[in-house]
Amino acid sequence: MRSPGLARVVVTHAALTALTVATIFPVLWVVKMALTPSSTFSMSVNPFPTEVSLENFSAVVGTHDATGSWLFGRQLFNSLLVSGITAAMGVTLACTAGYALSRWNFPGRDRMMAAFLLTQMFPGVVMAIPLYLLLDALGLLDSMAGLILVYSTTTVPFATWNLKGYFDTIPKDLEEAAMLDGASRWTTFTRIILPLARPAIAVTALFAFMTAWNEFILAATLLGDERAYTLPVVLNGYVGEFSAEWGNFAAGAILVSLPVTALFFILQRQLVEGLTAGGVKG
Amino acid sequence: MSLALLLGLLGQAQAGEVTLWHAWRGDERLALDTLVEQYNAAHPGTTIRPVFVPYEALSSKIEAAVPRGNGPDLFVYAHEKVADWTDEKFILPVELPADGLHPVTVDALRLREQVWGWPLAYKSLALYYNRALVPTPPATTDALLATAEALHGPDRWGFAWEASSAYANAPWMHGFGGGVFDTDGAVRLDSPGNVAAFRFVQTLAALGPAEPSGALLTQLFNEGSVAMIANGPSFLGEVGAVDFGVAPLPTVSATGRAAAPYITVDALFLAREGAEARAFADWMVADEAAEVRHRVGKQMVANTRVEVTDPRLVAFRQQLDTAVPMPTRPEMAQTWEPLARAMRRLVRGAITPEEAASEAAFQYTIVSRPSPPAADPRPWVVAAGLGLVAAAVWLAREVRGAPIARWRFAFAWVAPAFSAMTLLVVLPFVVGAAVSLFEYDQQAWTFVGLANFLDILLARDFPLTSPLSFWSTLAVTIAWTVANVVLHVGIGVALAMLLREPWVRLRGVFRALLILPWAVPSYITALIWKGMFHRQFGAINGLLALVGVEPVSWFAHWSTAFAANVTTNTWLGFPFMMVVTLGALQAIPRDLEEAAEVDGASGWQRFHLVTLPLLKPALLPAVILGSVWTFNMFNVIYLVSGGEPDGGTDILISQAYRWAFTRGHRYGYAAAYAVLIFGVLVLYGRVANRFASRKVV
Repeated sequence: MRSPGLARVVVTHAALTALTVATIFPVLWVVKMALTPSSTFSMSVNPFPTEVSLENFSAVVGTHDATGSWLFGRQLFNSLLVSGITAAMGVTLACTAGYALSRWNFPGRDRMMAAFLLTQMFPGVVMAIPLYLLLDALGLLDSMAGLILVYSTTTVPFATWNLKGYFDTIPKDLEEAAMLDGASRWTTFTRIILPLARPAIAVTALFAFMTAWNEFILAATLLGDERAYTLPVVLNGYVGEFSAEWGNFAAGAILVSLPVTALFFILQRQLVEGLTAGGVKG
Repeated sequence: MSLALLLGLLGQAQAGEVTLWHAWRGDERLALDTLVEQYNAAHPGTTIRPVFVPYEALSSKIEAAVPRGNGPDLFVYAHEKVADWTDEKFILPVELPADGLHPVTVDALRLREQVWGWPLAYKSLALYYNRALVPTPPATTDALLATAEALHGPDRWGFAWEASSAYANAPWMHGFGGGVFDTDGAVRLDSPGNVAAFRFVQTLAALGPAEPSGALLTQLFNEGSVAMIANGPSFLGEVGAVDFGVAPLPTVSATGRAAAPYITVDALFLAREGAEARAFADWMVADEAAEVRHRVGKQMVANTRVEVTDPRLVAFRQQLDTAVPMPTRPEMAQTWEPLARAMRRLVRGAITPEEAASEAAFQYTIVSRPSPPAADPRPWVVAAGLGLVAAAVWLAREVRGAPIARWRFAFAWVAPAFSAMTLLVVLPFVVGAAVSLFEYDQQAWTFVGLANFLDILLARDFPLTSPLSFWSTLAVTIAWTVANVVLHVGIGVALAMLLREPWVRLRGVFRALLILPWAVPSYITALIWKGMFHRQFGAINGLLALVGVEPVSWFAHWSTAFAANVTTNTWLGFPFMMVVTLGALQAIPRDLEEAAEVDGASGWQRFHLVTLPLLKPALLPAVILGSVWTFNMFNVIYLVSGGEPDGGTDILISQAYRWAFTRGHRYGYAAAYAVLIFGVLVLYGRVANRFASRKVV
């Protein structure tokens, strides 16, 4: 390919820079709110803080409960635990299902794919109360187990679609060769397919992790105790009815966003390769 | 037998432990924790266990948990739900000490000759004034208007309050002789008193800052840009370095009556009978604990024996003498939205006070519409039975011809995911959908058949063009979805095309920064965008001012409010499409394009004729999923425009939410909305599928 002309290089970089600035502008605002001592915060065009203090961060991180134990640490641990197990369970369920849907044209397969898509169309508004009743009947109320179960199932449809799309791109010859050599279906799957599908698994796990990491309405309803809360519930508590602690909210928002942002950066390559959303790649 | 024994043991193990749910934060919370610690130490047999629940979740959590026996022993909440909760038998009557509690706070909790909670603290609006700008606070509304006028200048205002909130305007409504209820106790929003109050509100709001939200009031008062504001006691903790005083709200000059704000009483409610819980609650309202709540928690306590020394707090106690307890009647909940809607238009100057009053009254008749008549469930049971039989026959037929046995292993692979999904996603939805055949009113469920659907689809209650009608909301939802998906895909693909060029410098940095919107939780960024669209203080208008554009009232017009929503959601959604496109581009060999280039194809032709067709198979599923997600994107609509102006930018899902939660618990109606949303999406899915299979394969 010919090397691009100077004009094209300049225009491309200018366009990218402009769009990137527009993209990070609101994020800079969150940072400004978090770093400015709350009583002096003012809305203005300048997205950079004029006065920097870490008091909001220390207020958020330093929360303790009545017995003196470190609440923020506990809640961070809960969030990590719930999101981590959700990601693991969601991906495990979706891997086998996605593989079967990709490889075998069994009766009802297309209907099942459609059913997974249909669940994405359910409006969440009507689900919270029936879910509460259901978990109550199962005796899983006020427990992280119930919450994890709900989260991981809600991640399954998208995860299955995405993994199925990726499995479609893996040639069948590999498995056929292995099966000829006497490997079982399960061995082929775990030894050959899963390692090849690593980018898609990483991305799917990231999404499942994010679903659990950011959710607060179900978490606040289904968890019974402040020591069991996940971070988004606490974060939401900063913006109450009569007064809002915007500085703390912003500081908490940054702390909540950091791990996911870090994962995004680490998994950038996998993100680009592994996100198929059921699409067929060339 | 052994089970009963076990249950008995469990019950015993919990005896002496009293769970207390509350949503107190900051100083109030600190005071509560201190008191609990003190109480537990002094009462070895009892353990009080306070549990903080965020305010947004507390009432729904109480309503879900208490009737199923999962609730706390005690909880703290504002008194306004007393009527609902006594009807539902969530709370038990209590005995209060004979004296010491302010009678207004006790009356707020009285219903059917019994008292239903221990009054802890009260909140009402009062007048905060900056001493440097206003040496003596105005005692009448005429004086208030005069001061507001005298101090009004560029970027400076005399008085500000949440002018489009029904709660914040209640003092004027009461002061001008109006209010929500008439003397017979019926809702009357268009009374002459209310019209007079609305006229005053319109005049006063014109002298104040635009779109005054709570956060903005705080900021302006602390900057000294606003000399006086109406706010509650919690604002005391938010005042910065301003030398300020607090006074009761002024007397209305035209009537000589006090501008009476609502008071809400935070009370302890007893959800489960227990001597320990009662003893603790008695102690909480008594002198010693009330003193701590006042000194440490900065509460205005209901106990009158606690001496209030701070002159600023004295004003709140004085305000109590004229204040009106927030009505607890169930109709009250349905008046907020009609009033707020009319007030927003009034404050913008879009309607006259008379029109605002009749608008509020009309909206109230819509949301308080009587339930549809009960229907006979028997034909429905028969129909459901027949439907089940038909489904079973259909399934049997499908299965008979199919080689099920041969594929048994494949079913085993999908079974875990599929059954988990059926149990936890499909089942709750079916239960939720079944609710659409019922109507919930006054704590009772009535079977109404298809009445909810007919009401919605035939737009029985309002003209087809009203923002409340299903069809106009559907049109908005479709416009919303199309606009978003076009922009998501357009921007996403464009950026991916730019980013794939190997000669682009800092590619990794650009890519990393451009996916940032995806990584930050959307409820956080939606709130930030809302602030950026503020008329006077938002960054967007600030940037427009730099290029000489007049400030835009983003949420005053449909087109700009819609644009604000779309901008926010585009920002949130383009990274997904960008990443999908980047992935798909990797799989497309460049030689094809290069060959086209050699053949003399222009840049656009190469993209349009070579790259895009190759991208389609990867993009189409993403587009279908993306449009389904956008169709149900609740957060952005609810948090950014909030449906303004006048519900015009609400989409189907936010309408469903409003019917369920802010227009008086019309659960059946809301569920019917949800079923219709699902129906529309299924229809869309079928069409999209057909489209896809023709174009892709």
